[in-house]
Formats: sequence, C-alpha cells, structure tokens
Amino acid sequence: MERWQRVMERNGSAPPDEVPLVLAREGHHGPVIHAANRTARLAGIQTGARVVDMRALCPELKVEYADIAGDRHALDRLVLWARRWCPWTVRDGDDGLILDTTGSDHLMGGEAAMLIEMETQLSRLGLSAGLAVAPTWGAAWALARFGPVRSICAADEVSWKLGALPVPALRLDGETVLLLRRLGLKTVGDVIDVPRLSLTRRFVKAPLQANPVLRLDQMLGKTAEPVASVDAKPRIHVQTQLPEPIFDPTAHLPDLCADLCDRLTQTGQGCRSLLLTVYKTDGDVSTVEVATSAPTRDADHLLGLFRDKVERINPGFGFDLITLTAGGVEPLELVQNAFDGNSDEALHLSRLIDRLSARFGPRAVTRPLLRESHVPERAEARGTALTTLERPTVEVRTDRPIRLFDHPEEVRVLYAVPEGPPAQFVWRKQTLRVARYAGPERIAPEWWTDRPGTRLRDYFKVEDQFGRRIWLYREGLHEDGRGGDPRWFVHGCFG
Amino acid sequence: MRSVRLQEKLAGQAQQPDPATPTLSEVFPDTATDAAAVGYLLARLPRKEAPVLWVQDRLSRKESGRPYLAGMATGAAAPPAIILVDLSRAQDVLWAMEEGLRCRALRAVVGEVWGDPPALDFTATKRLALRSEAAQVPCWLVRRAGAANLSAARDRWRIASAPSAPNPHDAQAPGLPRWSLDLFRSRRLKPGQWVAEHDRTADRLYRVAASGDGALAAGDGAQRERATG
Repeated sequence: MERWQRVMERNGSAPPDEVPLVLAREGHHGPVIHAANRTARLAGIQTGARVVDMRALCPELKVEYADIAGDRHALDRLVLWARRWCPWTVRDGDDGLILDTTGSDHLMGGEAAMLIEMETQLSRLGLSAGLAVAPTWGAAWALARFGPVRSICAADEVSWKLGALPVPALRLDGETVLLLRRLGLKTVGDVIDVPRLSLTRRFVKAPLQANPVLRLDQMLGKTAEPVASVDAKPRIHVQTQLPEPIFDPTAHLPDLCADLCDRLTQTGQGCRSLLLTVYKTDGDVSTVEVATSAPTRDADHLLGLFRDKVERINPGFGFDLITLTAGGVEPLELVQNAFDGNSDEALHLSRLIDRLSARFGPRAVTRPLLRESHVPERAEARGTALTTLERPTVEVRTDRPIRLFDHPEEVRVLYAVPEGPPAQFVWRKQTLRVARYAGPERIAPEWWTDRPGTRLRDYFKVEDQFGRRIWLYREGLHEDGRGGDPRWFVHGCFG
Repeated sequence: MRSVRLQEKLAGQAQQPDPATPTLSEVFPDTATDAAAVGYLLARLPRKEAPVLWVQDRLSRKESGRPYLAGMATGAAAPPAIILVDLSRAQDVLWAMEEGLRCRALRAVVGEVWGDPPALDFTATKRLALRSEAAQVPCWLVRRAGAANLSAARDRWRIASAPSAPNPHDAQAPGLPRWSLDLFRSRRLKPGQWVAEHDRTADRLYRVAASGDGALAAGDGAQRERATG
C-alpha cells in the first residue's frame, strides 16, 4: 500500500488521504481487498473481503489493482538493503523481513536503539514497519504483528510475553484459527495451557501451517527454525560509511581494495571476483562486479580492474555506504618459482586476461580448443581464456584451412559432372576459375547430434586462377531425397 | 681482414638493428580473402611455448573468417595456443594489442584491423613498435583493405598467394602453398621481393625462383608428341 502511494506521489497523481482507497487482487469469486489505507480501515474495510461487499459498506471506495509481483521484487531488494544492519537477512513471506541480529545490535548501541534506527531509516523510505526482537523466528513474527510497538523479548520471557497475543500470532491458516476459536482458545496462552497430549492427538496429521503444536514449539524455541540466508558463506568484506551521500566511489576505492587485500593476506586467501556495492539513499542497492581468472590479492591489480567499470554504477540520488566484498575466495599460497628476481610469467598472463575481460567482457576473450569431431565447425570449441588443462590429444589433419568462416558463404558453381569438382564459381560477385583441385573429402553428418535430414558434405580444396586456395563444399547429392539440388558453400581459406 | 670488416661497419651509417629482434611488422594482404598473410606470419612466429594473443575486429572476422586452430597444426606439433579476442572497433583492437605487449609471457601479438580507421595513425603504430621492442614480443598487424600510408612499422609487407607448387602425387591437385612476398619498406632489411614455399609438415619456408617453370604445352603427351630416341 505504501509502495503504491509512493509510486503515485512520484507520478503526481496520488489521491488525498481522506479518500478511502483499497488495492484489490483477484480472488475466487471476483476481486478481494489486498490492502487498504487508513481512511478505508476506519470505514470498516477488512483485508481479504470481497470488493463488492465492501463497496456496499462504503460507496465512495476507490479501488486500484495491487502489483503483487512488484511488491515481492521490492521486498527482495529491501532484503539486500537491510544488510546494512546485519549480514544475515532473508525475506519472510510476502510482507516481512527476518534479520539475524545476533552480535550486531551493539554496533548500533543496543537492541532498542537498533530498532529505532531501523524505523527511522525505513520511514525515510516512506515505509512503516512493525519491529520486534525475539529469540525465535516465530516469536519475532508474532510480536512484530500483534505485540506492542518495538517490543524486545529476552529468551526467558517468551512464554509470558507471547501468552497475551491472539491465536493468529501462531502463523496458522484461517481454518485452524477458526477451529481454535470455536474450541474456546482465544490467546496463545490458552493454547499453551491445554495439555500437550490432547492437542497432539487432535492435530496429529495436520501440516505445519495448520498445526498449533508445531507452531508453538517453533515459537518457544523447542524446534529449531534456522534463518537460511540468501548467501550463507562467511564473507570477507570491507566498508566505508560516509557522512553524506556522494555519487562517485572512485576516491574511496584504493583504501577499500588495500583493506580487503590485507584481510585476504591475513587469512592466506585470494579472491576470484570483487563485488562493489553502494547502498543508496532511496532504499536500493547498486552493484558492480569484476572477476579475475586466477585468485589474487594484489590491491593495485584489483583496483585497475575497476577503472573502466565504476562509471557503470548507478548512483541514483547518491549513496552513503560503500562495501567491497570478495567472492570466489580460495586459499592462495605465495610461490617463489625463480631466484633471479624475474617476474612470474604465468601471473602476468592471467593479469592480462583479467584486464582484457574486465574491459571487453568475458565472452570476448576466449581460447579455441580442439575437439574430436568430423564436422569442421565443431572441431573447435571455445574455452575460457586461461585454460590450464593439458591439450587433449586430438588427431589433427593437415589438410584443414587456417581461416574458417563463421557462416559458410553460398556460391554459384559451374561444374562438368554433377558429382564432380567445380569448374568455375562466383563468390562475392567475383568469378573465379578453378585451376587445380583436390578432393572430394566426404564428411557425413553426425547422426548423434544433427537433426535428421542433414545433408552430407563433399569438401574440395580448389586453387583459383590467382593462386588463392579455397575450401568449398557441396551440401548434399543430387536426388538424395533430402531437399532440392545440392548447394555450394565456401567454408574457409588455406594459407 | 679485420680492418676490412671494420671499414664495412663504418661505411654503413649507423649500426644496423639486428634483424632477429622482435618488432612491429605490418602486412597488407593482396585481397581480403587471401589467407597467405596469416600463413606467413604463423610460419614466422618464434618457437616458444606460450600463447599467441590474436585480436580481431568485427569486419575482419566477417570478411575473412576467424583463425581456425585445426588448420594451424604443423606436422606432429600441436597447433599453437591462441587467446582470441573478438572486438568490434579498431581502437579497442589497438588498446588490446598494447595491453598484450605489456606482457612478456606471450609468443606474439597479432591484430587484424579492417580498412583505414582514424585511430590507426602514426602515433598508434609507433606506440606498438616501441612496446613490442621493449617487451621482446613480435607484433603483427594485418591490415585488410587498408592503404599503406604513414606508419612506424619496422617492416611492411605485401603478401599474396601464388600458384602452388606442383603436387608430386597428383598433377591436378594443388601442392605446397607458395606466397609472393614483397617487403616494400623496412628499417633493418633490404627491401625486396621473393616467392616462398611453405612446407607445413616440416614447418619450413623455402625460397623458390620467382619465375617458375613454364606452363606445359597443351597436349596429352601421346606417343607421337614425345621426342624419340
């Protein structure tokens, strides 16, 4: 709702606050209410009810459609943005974030101060939030939605703090909540007081969403419910907090790179990629990534890779926090392989490849490798540029051209006999006479990869009247039942 | 004898640069589709276990194809290791070549530039030549459809395919490839024209006489046309 309001304000078409407004989504029997603003809630509009019913209740209701996928995407971005407080964040359902703040609250001056800081930052984004700190996921969920404002719950006061909350705080679906209410259980405390045996017997086969016993155990910490963060490895990262938003991170990069490489040196590791993240003031993050072909911890080299990329970062309205994270961290040992003080040649090669792929993209820098195949264009594969594999022992024929066209070029051909060599052909508007030829060399399609109906090829090495040696082929035979007359193509040039 | 040699050295104005030092060479193929220039520069690469940095711009790749590894094998030796960089603009090609020449761990740097882009001026070639000599890595610039205007390249070649040598096994098949080489400007060698023959299985270049055998008279070589006796 608030995201929608913000988008409309940006467009300049936001309705005034006193108009009752709801966002609707498609339900089973026509649209239902997804969210309502404050005026509409005061008029008695309930979330989940049908729009037609609510319009009867409140005739001046204004209905817009909710963008549920957009909300989810925005929440996913917010999960990343929330890493400014702690490194362990995950999205919880469609309307919540779970932050594992264990050990990071003292950085903000305690849990209460941290919650206030979070609320301030979120309200700067135009979002209102219910916040709570609790020892378990379930307890935090319940307190944030049904508890007092910014409630903080220590480990030993879970049961009595949660006892007063209503039954929906157990994260149960609607039918179970209704059932419990019919049984006379109105609060979580009531459910706790019921003998465990009878509850278990009643809900023995119910799934997690409809099982108050399991939910209660999760809330009280008797069943583990770990927070699986989006990326879970311990990260090596450094950050710079800025007093006010800036637009260009270039000035801070050398220090960040040096700090990161110090960290890597301490642990004896090298990184294969670097992720530069800026936390923008408008509640979004923007990233730039560079990759290296061999693990490294050389600050100057890593800084050089960022040189062309930093301008691609989208600063938005400025950012006030820069972090640099090492990716692909692996052990890196210092090796001295020469006593004469000469620099390491393999190291230089990998740095050259890094510079080239940082500037032109990793797909532009490749290494052709030989493969076992009869079809000429398949006999060569593209590998990554720093392939350290031993070259496979592929038997190489000496009668292959040194230049190959990516797409064979069709030519018009004169020939004496249909199955025989060409006598003359027109290639690129030039008539070439065949002075000498060798062939044919027949290359059958590879039936295990080619589509059925692929025609065989007869390759000729011809020499034209100027002495150029050209590799051309006839695709198919006359009346082989796979299409019309055979066509001729130029596929390569010999040296 | 010694004095004679000394005099010869003095007669040559400055000390001659060593022809074996790696430097920048420019090659102008006769036509865009002529692969003789590529064959010649591959035959001239130093024998060293290191990859070749091969930079191509988009038009060169479209008009003359890409280097094909399976065709570069010479005899029993494996084909050279190549790091292929596909780019679209000439100034990127020159940048990549310069970066490559900062690295001594390369066998050679080969660049292909189509036409006469404004980025490829005297300064750019001078930078390439100096870097190549500093790094001891040979650099070849293949310029298709380009004019041989001002350049700092130490050697400038025009290379075209010549009709191949006769095939000893099959009279109508092409034999060993022959290239007509024209060194039209050089800092360290005497310019000249040659015809070279490349033996791929042995990876050797032979010089052959520019005027080959005359064409055989038309005729089937029947009994009555042969010289008797």
